[in-house]
Amino acid sequence: MIFPMFTTEDVKKIAKLSRLHITEEETEQYREKLGSILEYVDQLQEVDTMGVPELQHAVAVENVFRSDEPSIDLDERARAMEMFSARKGDLLEVQAVFSKDE
Amino acid sequence: MKTIRELSKALQERTLTSEELVRSCLKKIEEENEALNAFIWVSGTAIDEAKEIDLRREAGEELSVLAGIPIAVKDNILVQGWEITAGSQILENHKGAYDATVIERLKNAGAILIGRTNMDEFAMGSSTETSHYGSTKNPHDRTKVPGGSSGGSAVAVAAGFVPCALGSDTGGSVRQPASLCGVVGLKPTYGRVSRYGLIPMASSLDQIGPFTNTIEDAALVMEVIEGKDENDATSIELASTTAPELIEPDVKGLRIGLPKEYFVEGMDEEIRMRIDEAVKKFEAAGAIIKEVSLPHAKYALAAYYIVAPSEITSNLGRFDGLRYGYHSQGSNLLDTYERTRGEGFGPEVKRRIMLGSYTLSAGYYDAYYKKALQVRSLIKQDFDEALKEVDVILTPTSPSVAWDLGAKFDDPITMYLSDIYTITANLAAIPAISIPCGTAHGLPVGLQLMGKAFDEHMLYRAGMWFEKNT
Repeated sequence: MIFPMFTTEDVKKIAKLSRLHITEEETEQYREKLGSILEYVDQLQEVDTMGVPELQHAVAVENVFRSDEPSIDLDERARAMEMFSARKGDLLEVQAVFSKDE
Repeated sequence: MKTIRELSKALQERTLTSEELVRSCLKKIEEENEALNAFIWVSGTAIDEAKEIDLRREAGEELSVLAGIPIAVKDNILVQGWEITAGSQILENHKGAYDATVIERLKNAGAILIGRTNMDEFAMGSSTETSHYGSTKNPHDRTKVPGGSSGGSAVAVAAGFVPCALGSDTGGSVRQPASLCGVVGLKPTYGRVSRYGLIPMASSLDQIGPFTNTIEDAALVMEVIEGKDENDATSIELASTTAPELIEPDVKGLRIGLPKEYFVEGMDEEIRMRIDEAVKKFEAAGAIIKEVSLPHAKYALAAYYIVAPSEITSNLGRFDGLRYGYHSQGSNLLDTYERTRGEGFGPEVKRRIMLGSYTLSAGYYDAYYKKALQVRSLIKQDFDEALKEVDVILTPTSPSVAWDLGAKFDDPITMYLSDIYTITANLAAIPAISIPCGTAHGLPVGLQLMGKAFDEHMLYRAGMWFEKNT
């Protein structure tokens, strides 16, 4: 057992890391459900993995390169821009990343 | 519903036009979709596209087998100009800016795209109940789930709306609903089909695959969509493809492995009987039945629920309320992110994002993520070893038949366990297919065949024999 207790503080912390706003009621539900999943996956600790390589990707491919040539489809660009929630013409509007106080 | 092969033949012989075929599909959808909720949206241009194919055929043009054939698309595969939601509110009003590679290939072959099918939100679920657009019902019994996450696509084929639908399979999301709805569902070898234009869930596990009525039809669709794509660096140059005409439905001398770890408690007794009967049939036809061992398979679900959420948390980071769909304005940028994501994602998606954030976070990375990747190695090694001794591995696709709507919704572990037989093929990146295998408790049972990487041919061969002899 690597993590026997999963607290509401843990849930709040990972919600913050996940950029998710969750309510107090949800916090309790997630504590319970995430706790039960973590308890389930804990069985992996009994497997002896000493010296076993990590398998991130099952298909062994070398790094794949393409030639560095611009291939801009202007229509596709326009279609992607249209999806942006706030824009003025070709300018995309976002809130400030830094505030003056920081 | 007739098969793609039969419909294609009728189109070629001019006993049927694509327009008639598409109109009959649309009529059936109009009559029955409201009760089943397989389609979220139906294309308004399908009839015109069908007419164009008919004209080209009239003009004597040589057309592909799929020309004029209606195909449904899971709502996580991009079609240029079509809305796409992945079953989520967060993509509200988002439209595909380009065609996924599989869509481009289907369009080039002249297939008629009929509409978008319902799915669990971002393909996370095994019952198609987590969709923002309501649950889909099983056509064999409308009080039951169709399985998931590609439940809408499975139902679209099982209900006879279309002869083929595309789905995506990350842990069983094509095979399990195919099993519960009584149709064929294929998860190709990882890398066989381009993922370009598929909204990613867990990128090292995701593959697009077809739902069809027969194995030959699945092979016909695969021939069109598979192969190297420069827009997906993980797609593989195929040494060979299988022309469906060349599949010999013959199992004499075929070595079939039964994993001893899979035939233990938890499997429904009637499903076990159907699988035993199938094994006896194969044996009577000259197949060699062998017991094989996959000692680490019992850890597959646990490894999956670390690997998949870790990739999910990274992939779904892009939904920031700015670039796509749903937006909820906050007092600052961080607040906007948190509100948009908190409101736009449903509970199961939030659960998996948080799980992934946790398993990747400082202090837990080694204990969870690294450990899971090592266990994934061991699982793959088990399959590599077993598939040296046998040509295919046979199991049930699902430990149970379709269950009541709502029955497993509140208990994640019970829901996750319904993928216990399918998840290993994704972790080991091997091909696997679900084939109808009779009924249990009056509902469809699926038989799963898994094979060596890129040896779909063997699955087609064994599966087609079974299909012809049941």
